[in-house]
Amino acid sequence: MSTLALSSARFPQRFLPVIATFAVFVVTFGAGSVRYENFASGQVVANLFVDNAFLIVLAVGMTFVILTGGIDLSVGAVAALSTMIAAATLNAGWPPLLSIITVLGSGATLGLLMGLVIHHFEVQPFIVTLAGMFLARGLCFLISVESVSITEPAFREFASGAITLPGDITLTYSVVIALAVVLAALYVLHLTRFGRTVYAVGGSESSARLMGLATSRAKVGVYVVSGFCSALGGLIFSLYMLSGYGLHAVGMELDVIAAVVIGGTLLAGGTGYLVGSVVGVLVLGTVQSLISFEGTLSSWWTKIVIGALLLAFIVLQRLIVRRQA
Amino acid sequence: MTRGRLLWPLVALGALIVLNIAVEPSFVELRIQDGHLFGSMVDILRNGAPTLLIAVGMTLVIATRGIDLSVGAVAAIAGAIACTYISGGGNAATAVLLALSVCVLLGLWNGFLVSVLGIQPIIATLVLMTAGRGGAMLLTEGQIVTVKDPLYRQIGSGFLVLPIAILISLAVLTAVALITRRTALGMLIEAVGINPKAGELAGVRSRTIIWTVYVFAGLCAGVAGLMISSNVNAADANNAGLWIEMDAILAVVIGGTSLAGGRYSLAGTMLGALVIQTLTTTVYTIGVPTNVTLIFKAVVVIAVCLLQSPRTTRMLRARRKTAVPTSRSQEVAAG
Repeated sequence: MSTLALSSARFPQRFLPVIATFAVFVVTFGAGSVRYENFASGQVVANLFVDNAFLIVLAVGMTFVILTGGIDLSVGAVAALSTMIAAATLNAGWPPLLSIITVLGSGATLGLLMGLVIHHFEVQPFIVTLAGMFLARGLCFLISVESVSITEPAFREFASGAITLPGDITLTYSVVIALAVVLAALYVLHLTRFGRTVYAVGGSESSARLMGLATSRAKVGVYVVSGFCSALGGLIFSLYMLSGYGLHAVGMELDVIAAVVIGGTLLAGGTGYLVGSVVGVLVLGTVQSLISFEGTLSSWWTKIVIGALLLAFIVLQRLIVRRQA
Repeated sequence: MTRGRLLWPLVALGALIVLNIAVEPSFVELRIQDGHLFGSMVDILRNGAPTLLIAVGMTLVIATRGIDLSVGAVAAIAGAIACTYISGGGNAATAVLLALSVCVLLGLWNGFLVSVLGIQPIIATLVLMTAGRGGAMLLTEGQIVTVKDPLYRQIGSGFLVLPIAILISLAVLTAVALITRRTALGMLIEAVGINPKAGELAGVRSRTIIWTVYVFAGLCAGVAGLMISSNVNAADANNAGLWIEMDAILAVVIGGTSLAGGRYSLAGTMLGALVIQTLTTTVYTIGVPTNVTLIFKAVVVIAVCLLQSPRTTRMLRARRKTAVPTSRSQEVAAG
């Protein structure tokens, strides 16, 4: 994509989708604060992060994958598998640290396997990650068909721990983890060779290869990143739910993809920003809190609104791409 | 080439059937009772009918380089409309017509996004996939609407020697095969999928063709949705047709049609749908917990896809060193 070459000349346009996402966030949040008395409080903003910390982490991983022009449908299932492995190992008496390492390791390994199949056997990412999704969900049920609650005291203590910010705003540790992941990912994506290669592969894989970039490492690497993020997202989710269950996070991959697209990342690859994805998650979170504040609206309105937002953003992207062409 | 592509799914299907016979010898038994054909294999056909029908529509969409993720949601909407209408005192025939016309409209909508606005199919249909189920919930007000209508019941669980559901699916499959293979339509669809620009230069009206396949996929999804809801006499907006889009896409891919568009094989799609349904039934027969079916599905999908992958084909064809994996050019050079 020509964005790199045009970076200085088209500075505002390059950021247009992200700015639009941010504008939507401000507008939806503004609408909430006008309509409901207690909406515009620091705690509601903080809750957006608390309730969606896992989604932010998943969206970070998905952004890497989509930037290369791929897609990862397995994120929800891998997150569910992580909650299950965490619950099972903790209840079996493993020390929490070992259990966490196991979870993260298995997520990354699953990602690596999918990446290798996608790259070396040239099978479409859609199909491979779909199989990954089935595999991960199946493995959950192999561990247990029932929901397993986590009783490990240290883990529960960490889950209920809160950080109090000035103004009586409380955050959980998951938010800190999520923000750390975002910062680390920003560094990797924008300031390392791997990150630049990810953008290059998404722009044009053959050009990137001809330029001598390590395209295979980037193509496989993004799935490892996504697998790792899914596992971490699953861990955060298990902190949130305090249980492991094979039916956790069903359909979450769609929410994540929606957040990334609303955040301005093109599914064709090569164009997009991590910050956009994070704001995309916040938009989804705001819609959800708006609907729960309203009270009379049923939860399925969330889906309809997300669909409408998704539509608005893809049409907007389409217009931008058309103008550039 | 086609025979080669169908080899592995055939092997998979054969292996599954042999496994079934080994575990439960009565698997192949067929008996006629009250003029109805019964048996495990008939059950597989009946349960696989909605997937097969959706997969036929999906095959054409995929052949144009597209994909339709919304079919499950459209199926749920069709069931919701029909059941709400019938439970409100309407008659079954009108209900079916009403449901199917809405599905055609939804197909038109998908086709509009893809062919006129030029939005990537996966994301264009994701909109309806997300919003559609919400819409179906809205129609049924979050309840499971149950109906008692003898005529409506026929679609999903009626018999004309064979179950009516499978007869509908097979009729659609045959009709599509005849229409696309006996006329130039099939070639035009493939032309759009292989190279839209070249197709257009050669005078193919790609926009109309793309639009048509999405409408057709919507219609197939609608009929499948009616089968699903009529089979249980109820519309469940949350769970009807859940993940059926994935099963249908898998059926198409197992059948050897590439997601990159172009050549498609309807026979392959039928085989693919049979493999998936037989697999599900086999897992029941062996007595593995239902949810673990997913692992088997994953294994079969990965195995078939790996065996069909360009790399494996190349390795099987000639055991030579592959220098740079530039798939397209090498594939052309090799075959």
